[in-house]
Amino acid sequence: METATNALPIISLVTFLPLVGGLLLMAIPRENEGLLKGLALAWSLVVFSLSLAIYTGFDPASAGYQFSENRAWVESLGIRYVVGIDGISLFLVLLTTFLTPLILLGSWHAIDKRVKEFLICFLVLETAMLGALVSLDLFLFYVFWELMLIPMYLLIGVWGGANRIAATLKFFLMTAVGSLLMLVALFYLYAARKGEAPSFLLADYLTLELTLKEQVYLFAAFALAFAIKVPMVPFHTWLPRAHTEAPTAGSVVLAGVLLKMGTYGFVRFAMPLFPDAARLAVPYIAALATIGIVYGALLALAQNDVKKLVAYSSVSHLGFVMLGVASLSIAGTEGAMLQMLNHGVSTGALFLLVGCVYERRHTRQMADYGGIAQVMPWFALLFMIVTLSSIGLPGTNGFVGEFLVLAGTFTADGDFDLRWHVAVAATGVVLGAFYMLWMFQRVMFGPLKNPKNKGLKDLDLREWVVLLPLVVLIFVMGIKPQFMLDRMEPSVKNYLEQATASRLPKSDAAGHARLQELELARVARKAHASAKAEVKR
Amino acid sequence: METTDIPLHLIVLIPLLGAAVNGLFGRRWSEHLIAGIGCAAAFLPFLLSVEAFMALRETGAEALRQPALFTWFASGSFKVEVGFTVDHLTSVFLLNVTGIGFLIHLYSVVYMQGDAGYFKFFAYLNLFLFSMLMLVMGENLLLMFVGWEGVGLCSYLLIGFWHHDNANADAGKKAFITNRIGDFGFLLGIFFIMYAQSEAGLPISLSFEALAADATRFSGYATVIGLCLFVGAAGKSAQMPLYVWLPDAMAGPTPVSALIHAATMVTAGIYMVARMNFIYVQSPEAMTVVACVGAFTALYAATMGFAQTDIKKVLAYSTVSQLGFMFVGVGVGAFGAGLFHVITHAFFKACLFLGSGSVIYALHHEQDIRRMGGLWKKMPITAWTFLLSTLAIAGFPLMSGFFSKDEIMWKAFATQNLLVPGWVLWLVLVLGAMCTAFYMVRVFCLTFLGTYRGGAGGHHDAHGHDDHGAHGAHGDIHESPALMTLPLIVLAALAVFGGLLGLPHWISHTNLFEHWLEPVFVAAKGLKFLDNTSLELGLMGVSVGLCSLSALLAYAMYNGTLQQTPARLAAQFQPVYTLIYNKYYFDEVLSFLVVRPTKGLARFCYRVVDDGLIDGLLVNGTAAVVNLSGRLTRLVTTGDVQRYATLLFVGLWALVAFWVAG
Repeated sequence: METATNALPIISLVTFLPLVGGLLLMAIPRENEGLLKGLALAWSLVVFSLSLAIYTGFDPASAGYQFSENRAWVESLGIRYVVGIDGISLFLVLLTTFLTPLILLGSWHAIDKRVKEFLICFLVLETAMLGALVSLDLFLFYVFWELMLIPMYLLIGVWGGANRIAATLKFFLMTAVGSLLMLVALFYLYAARKGEAPSFLLADYLTLELTLKEQVYLFAAFALAFAIKVPMVPFHTWLPRAHTEAPTAGSVVLAGVLLKMGTYGFVRFAMPLFPDAARLAVPYIAALATIGIVYGALLALAQNDVKKLVAYSSVSHLGFVMLGVASLSIAGTEGAMLQMLNHGVSTGALFLLVGCVYERRHTRQMADYGGIAQVMPWFALLFMIVTLSSIGLPGTNGFVGEFLVLAGTFTADGDFDLRWHVAVAATGVVLGAFYMLWMFQRVMFGPLKNPKNKGLKDLDLREWVVLLPLVVLIFVMGIKPQFMLDRMEPSVKNYLEQATASRLPKSDAAGHARLQELELARVARKAHASAKAEVKR
Repeated sequence: METTDIPLHLIVLIPLLGAAVNGLFGRRWSEHLIAGIGCAAAFLPFLLSVEAFMALRETGAEALRQPALFTWFASGSFKVEVGFTVDHLTSVFLLNVTGIGFLIHLYSVVYMQGDAGYFKFFAYLNLFLFSMLMLVMGENLLLMFVGWEGVGLCSYLLIGFWHHDNANADAGKKAFITNRIGDFGFLLGIFFIMYAQSEAGLPISLSFEALAADATRFSGYATVIGLCLFVGAAGKSAQMPLYVWLPDAMAGPTPVSALIHAATMVTAGIYMVARMNFIYVQSPEAMTVVACVGAFTALYAATMGFAQTDIKKVLAYSTVSQLGFMFVGVGVGAFGAGLFHVITHAFFKACLFLGSGSVIYALHHEQDIRRMGGLWKKMPITAWTFLLSTLAIAGFPLMSGFFSKDEIMWKAFATQNLLVPGWVLWLVLVLGAMCTAFYMVRVFCLTFLGTYRGGAGGHHDAHGHDDHGAHGAHGDIHESPALMTLPLIVLAALAVFGGLLGLPHWISHTNLFEHWLEPVFVAAKGLKFLDNTSLELGLMGVSVGLCSLSALLAYAMYNGTLQQTPARLAAQFQPVYTLIYNKYYFDEVLSFLVVRPTKGLARFCYRVVDDGLIDGLLVNGTAAVVNLSGRLTRLVTTGDVQRYATLLFVGLWALVAFWVAG
C-alpha cells in the first residue's frame, strides 16, 4: 500500500514534535509563564506548518497510504511502527494541528494555575491524537488510543470546574471499559491468524477470513469502544458532564478532535475489519444514529447552560456522521467525513466563543446573559456566523456535510432501505434551528437587564486571532469544499470496497445462509419498489 | 442556447459585495455613504436585469446561460455546479426583485434615518437581494435552496432588527423555525428527485435544464415530490398551516415588510411550484392539494383581516390571503395567471405597505388604525397612492389586480386537471375576494377618512426603536419626504396600469405576460380548461358585483351611514367576533399542540430518560453492579486459606451435583 518512501519521515516528525516540545518545556522554570506559553504556541505553530507539507505533498489521485513509514518495534510479537496517511485521515490530522495553536492561544488567560503542566499535557495530547490518526498497526493504534485518555483525564480533572472529579471519573471509566473490550478483541484477532508470522498490521487483517459469528462479536467489541467515544446514544452520558466541567481548551479539543476518534475508528477499523458483521449492523447503527440526532437535539432544547447545550448538540451532530457511515455509500461516507471536520470547526468555535464570555462573566447560565449583542457587536457577528454554521445554513460548512449524509443515505443502494431514517433525521434540521436560535436569543438578544453585562468589552486582538481563522474556514469549507472531497474520494472508494466485500470462510455455512437471507430480502424489496413505481405510472 | 456575454453572476454578486462593505465597515460611516452604497448595490443589478430581459427579447432565446463558475461539491456521480441562468420566468422575477427592491432601498434611506443600526439595515437589505437573486437565478435546485435559506436568514435578521425587544427577536425566530419546517419538506423533495434518478440508474443531476428535459421519468414519484416541495413552498409563502410567522413578521421595519414580506420573498413558493411545473403537471393529486390549500388560505386569512386593528397586521393577513390566490393559480395549472398575480400584487402590496409606513412615520410609530383617521388632507400623496392600490387589490375593474385576480378565478372555475370540481374553488375565491374588498376599504376609511382620532400629544409607548430626529412637534402631521413618496407614486402607477401587461383574451389578442412565459411551461400544454368566453364574462360580472357591494358596505360601515353597525355586529355575534379577533386561536392551538409538547418532550428526555434511565440506571447501575460484585468478592478474598479450602470443597461438590443431575 505504500506509495512513496520519503527521505524525511514527515509523519513521525509531525506526530512526535509536540511530545518533544512538551519535554523541552519541562526544562523551563515554571515562573516564566510568558516564555512557556509563547514557546508552546510557537511550537504548535511549527507543527502546523509542517503538517501543511503533508497536505501539499499529498497525491489527491491516490487511494492508498502516503508518506508511509514502516519500522520494527517489538519484533518478537510482530508489533511494528507503521504509519501512513490517506484521504480519510489527512484532514483530521490537519484539523488537529490547526486547532492546537488556536486552543493554546484561546486559553492564554483562562488557565492560571499549573500553566506549565497544562501546556505539557496539551502537547502530549496532540501527539497521542495524531498518533492514533496515523497508526496502521493495530497495537500501535491501541497505544495511542489509550495514551489520549491520560492527558484528557488530567485536563478535566486538574483544570476543570467544580464537579470535575465526578465528570472525569465517568469519562474515564466509560471510555476505558470500551477500550478494554477492544483490547480483548484485538488479542482474539491476533490469535486467529494461526500459522502465520505474528503481526498487528492493519493490512494483514483486511484479508483475514472470519466466520460471521466471530465477526459479530469482534465487531461488537470494536464498535462499543468507538460508540462510547463518538458518543452514540445511549453511551453519551459522559459527554455533557465532561464538557461542562472541562476548561475551554478541554472542551474544544474534546469536541474538535477526540470525538472524531470514535467515528474515525468505525471507518478505519470496525467496518473494514469485519465487513460481514458491519453489513448486519447497518440498521442498528443507522437507528442509533437517527435516535441520536433527534434525541440529542431534544436534550439540547432542555438546557439552560450554554456549554451543556453545545455538548448535547454534539450528540446530535455526530449522529449525522454515523448515519453517513451506516449508509455505506460514497456520498454518505464523504458527507460523514466532511461532517466530522465541520463539527470540529463549528463546535470548536462555539466552545471558544462561549469561553470568551465565560472569561468575562464566569457563568454559563443563559439566564445571566441577554442583550449581549448591544455591548459586543463584533462578538455577536462571529457568534451568529458560527451559530448558522452549526445549524447547517447553505454557504457555511455545516450544509454540505449534512446534505451529503442525508442525500447519500436516502439514495444509498444498500441492503436496507434507510429512507425513513433520513426523514426522521432531517427533522434534526428543524430542531437544530430551534435550540441554537433559542440559545442565541437568550444570550445575545433582548434587553440588557443584568448590570454586570453592561460594561462588557468586545473581542480583543487575541480573541480575534483565535476566532477569525475558524470563521474563515467556515466559509471556505462551505463554499469550496471540493479541495477536500477530491482528496477523500479515492480513499473513500477504497474503504467502501473493503467494507462491503464479504470475508466469510467457505466453511461458515450458517454465516453464508444469513447473508443469503439479506440478499434475498434486498432483491424482494427492490422488485416491490419498482413494481409500485410502475403501478403509479 | 449559447452562453451570454452579460455578466449574470454580477447581478447576484454586487448586492453581496454591498452587504459585505456596509456590514463590515459601515459602522463609522455617514448615513449618506451607507445609503449610497446600499442603493447602488440594488440599482446596478436592476440595470443588468433590464439588459438581460432585453437580450432575451431580442434574441428570442429560451434562456441566457453562463458557463458554471465553479463546482460547489461533487461526490461519486453526483455533482453540483455554481452557475446562473436567466430564462423567461427568471427575467420576470429579476425585474420585480431588483426594480421594487431598488425603490424600497430609496424609501429606506429616509425611513431608517437616525437608526443606530443604519449600516446594518442596508447590509441586510443587500444580503437579502443577493439571496433572492440566487434563488431565482441558480441553475439548479440546490442553488435555489441556498437562496431559499438565505432569504429566510435575512428575514430572520430583519424581523428581529430591533432585537433588544424580545418580542421582535421572538418573531424573527418564529419565522426562521417555521420556514425550517418548510425547508425540511423541500429537502425531502430534493431527496426524492435524486432517489427517482438513482433508482432508474440515471446520473443524478439537480439542474433545472436536465430535470425539465426528461421529466416523465419522475412520473412514479411526481406526487410525493410535488407534495414535499409544496411543504417548502407553504412555509416560505405562508400557507396554511405554516402561515403563522408572517403576521408576526410585521415586527420588522416597514420597508422590510414591503420588500420581503409582500413583494418578493413570500412569492418564492409560487416561483418554486412554477419552476417545477413539469413535476406538478404529472400529479393531479399534488395539484389538487396546492390549489385547495391555496383557496382555503385565501378565504381563511381574508376573514382575519376584518378584525385587526394594526394597519400592518391587516396587510399581513391580506398578503397571506393573496398568496393563496396565487397558489390556486399555479395549482390549477394556470401558471401564467398565478405568476401575473405575483407581479401585480408586488406592485400594489408594496405600495400599500410603503403607504402604511409613510403613515406610521408621520404618526411617530402609531400603527393602530383606531387612532388614525382624517389623514387624507394631511398626506395627500400617501392617501392617493394608498387609495389606488386599495382599488387594485380589491379588483376594481381595469386596475392591475382586477385582471390578475379575475384570470385566476376563471381558471380555477375552468380547470379540469384536479380531483375537485373547479366551481368549488371559484366559490371560495369569490368569498375571499369579497372579504378582501371589505377589509381594504375598512382600512382605508379608518386611516384616511373621517377625523383624526389620535389626539395631539399622542401615545408614544411604541417609541423606543428609533426616534426619527427629523420630526418636530408631535401633533404636526405632514406628508413624508420625496424619497418616500416617489416610490409610492411609481408603485401606484404600476398598480393601476400594470394590468396592461396581461390583458385577458377577450380584450386583446395576445396576453403579453403569459405569452412571454410560454416557453417555461411547455409541460403544461396538455392541461385542460373550459373554453367559454360568455361564461367567463358572466362569472366576472358576478364577482365584480359582489366585491363592489362588499366594498360599498365597508364604506358605509366605516365612513358612511352605517357607522354604528360594526360595534353592534361585534356585540351581537360576540363569539364569532372574538374568534376572528383572536385569529381563530390558531397560534394558541399550535403552541398547545406542537411547541409546548416539543419542549415538554425535551424536558422529559432530559430529566427522566437521560438523567434517570440512561445515566442513572444503565450507566451508574452498571457501575453499581461492578462496585457491588467488587464488595462481594472482597468478602471472600480474605487471604484466609481455610476459607479458600472450604469454598473449594463446596464448589467441587456443587459441580459434581450439577454434573450428576444434568
